[in-house]
Amino acid sequence: MLQFLQLIASGVAQGCIYGLIALGFVLIYKATETVNFAQGDLMMVGGFLGLTGTLALGLPFWAAFVAALAVMFFFGMALERAVLRPLLGQPAFTVVMATIGVGFLARGLVTMIPEWGTDTHVLPVPYKDEIVQVGGLVLSMEHLVVIAVTALLILGLYLLFKHTRIGIAMQATSQNQLAAFYMGIPVRRINMLIWGISAAVSACAGLLLAPITFVHANMGFIGLKAFPAAVVGGFGSIPGALVGGLIIGIVETLAGFYLPEGFKDIAAYIVVLVMLAVKPNGLFGENLRKKV
Amino acid sequence: MRFLFKTAYQQDIRLFKHGGQAFWYSALGLALLAAPFVLPDYWVSQLNFIWIYSIVSVGLMILVGFTGQVSIGHAAFLAMGAYTEAYLQGHGWPFALSLTFSALVAGITGVIVGLPALRVKGMYLAIATMAFGFIVEEGIARADSITGGNAGRMLGSLEVFGIPIDSELRMYFLTLIVLALVVLGVMNLLRSPTGRAFVAIRDSEISAQSMGINLARYKTIAFALSAAITGLAGALYAHKLRFLSPDQFTFLQSIELLIILVVGGVGSIYGAIFGAAFWIVVQQLIVLAKDWLPPAIGQQTGLQPTIFGLILVAFVLFEPMGLYGRWLKVRTFFQLFPFYRKGMFRRQKSYMKSERLK
Repeated sequence: MLQFLQLIASGVAQGCIYGLIALGFVLIYKATETVNFAQGDLMMVGGFLGLTGTLALGLPFWAAFVAALAVMFFFGMALERAVLRPLLGQPAFTVVMATIGVGFLARGLVTMIPEWGTDTHVLPVPYKDEIVQVGGLVLSMEHLVVIAVTALLILGLYLLFKHTRIGIAMQATSQNQLAAFYMGIPVRRINMLIWGISAAVSACAGLLLAPITFVHANMGFIGLKAFPAAVVGGFGSIPGALVGGLIIGIVETLAGFYLPEGFKDIAAYIVVLVMLAVKPNGLFGENLRKKV
Repeated sequence: MRFLFKTAYQQDIRLFKHGGQAFWYSALGLALLAAPFVLPDYWVSQLNFIWIYSIVSVGLMILVGFTGQVSIGHAAFLAMGAYTEAYLQGHGWPFALSLTFSALVAGITGVIVGLPALRVKGMYLAIATMAFGFIVEEGIARADSITGGNAGRMLGSLEVFGIPIDSELRMYFLTLIVLALVVLGVMNLLRSPTGRAFVAIRDSEISAQSMGINLARYKTIAFALSAAITGLAGALYAHKLRFLSPDQFTFLQSIELLIILVVGGVGSIYGAIFGAAFWIVVQQLIVLAKDWLPPAIGQQTGLQPTIFGLILVAFVLFEPMGLYGRWLKVRTFFQLFPFYRKGMFRRQKSYMKSERLK
């Protein structure tokens, strides 16, 4: 029983990472109806920025954390301006291919930057290797930090979307771009902001993941597992992304322990196929019908 | 400038629309027949890759370019074809039979994967195919007894109707013949009611449906055909490489296939072949460039993905119709000379169409 709880706890932490990346997808999908295949690579860049902040610039960890988020925020906005905006209104497939191209570019360029390169790096964090015991349950500090920061971030985004003018404008844009445009909402600027926020969120995921795994150029591939998370939660639902991430994280951890070798890596994809067959709109997805 | 004045229905379904086309295609045909005798062996081998990739891209083009269904798991069908061929050949099946069977196995898998396509679409479908791709990749690595697992599987030497395919030259003609048959078949398919239905579904599902097209049926057919052709290419791929391992059929391979389509030009058979040729040539150029670039750049492991990314982004942004579109523009320029206008092929600005509604 204790072992089971232990597994659940590490599954939740892993799920939070998936949830955060999925959250990045969902933010962009809701606002611009683009699926961003470079989300995992944005996460990777975020991880490397944290690395540079702590090691090369000698900033304390939390300062480097915030700095990396800020840099990624502007990076996301610049990306939107340079690549995505010229494609506004183009078919989804075109835009998806553009983001795949950006992912390739990011992965290639990162290996060319000195100090970053193709090696795996360890991100030094102040809470490394600390553990907390809760009634026999051993929780590592790294996992707890992941859970806590995710909760804070979700709360922050919730407040942003519910209670600020800009958040409400974002909601309007995501519901109907044209109508929002008519209402005087600067849709393009909103899209740019959304990309910024989404890049910052995925950088956050990267920085939280870094102490658990390592920082390297291919860590972005974990982003592919966030697709199942987003679909399970219902693409386009913010709480759904988190719940989906948690489900995928827990299922994966349990599958890794109880099922034969090999199932851990594909558990997420089996879950998503089942989900698409049973409930294609996901747990929290909206079911809209087109009226002719 | 040439005006085609049609006086008979027969003219409409001719393979060559006019004498000029017939001339140039015959010239191309002769050049292709002569090429392997003139070129060094290495480049013949690269041409073989181009033909095989062209077959795959034509298969994927049916699905992505003509039916409008995105698949990010096509490497799985390639793997299905390749491993079926390897397995059957290992059991002594003759090539013609095992090739057909490889296409069949891939096609049937395509139907199974296509089933979610009946319920989900757009990005959901893309993710379903991606999930399928990952599961197949893992399955290949685990099914040691059939696929040789991560250690890989060797193929025996190939014999087609008693002729041993033991040189790149013979492989060249084998792949070229299969490609020619596939292209002719697909061209014929596209002007049949089935092909027209595909294009109608791509352009608007709702209008296709109201014209009496059974969406479920035609989407399944598209998936099956696309997968079967990819499987066919997979079988040839297996013989080309003589060695199969799971890391040849990864997610990245599927993405590369999509990049080939975008670079070549989505929505035309020419595009599929242009894209495949471009892809192989660029890879070779990168290898060549590595030797004379300064080592600081040439020895970078990230060089290849960077160049691929740049090419892809540049094509999406500046030449969305791909190489075929570029060719079309150049041709129109000369045909209409001096009346070509700059904006003739400009993309129409359109409002975002929501996929969230069904």
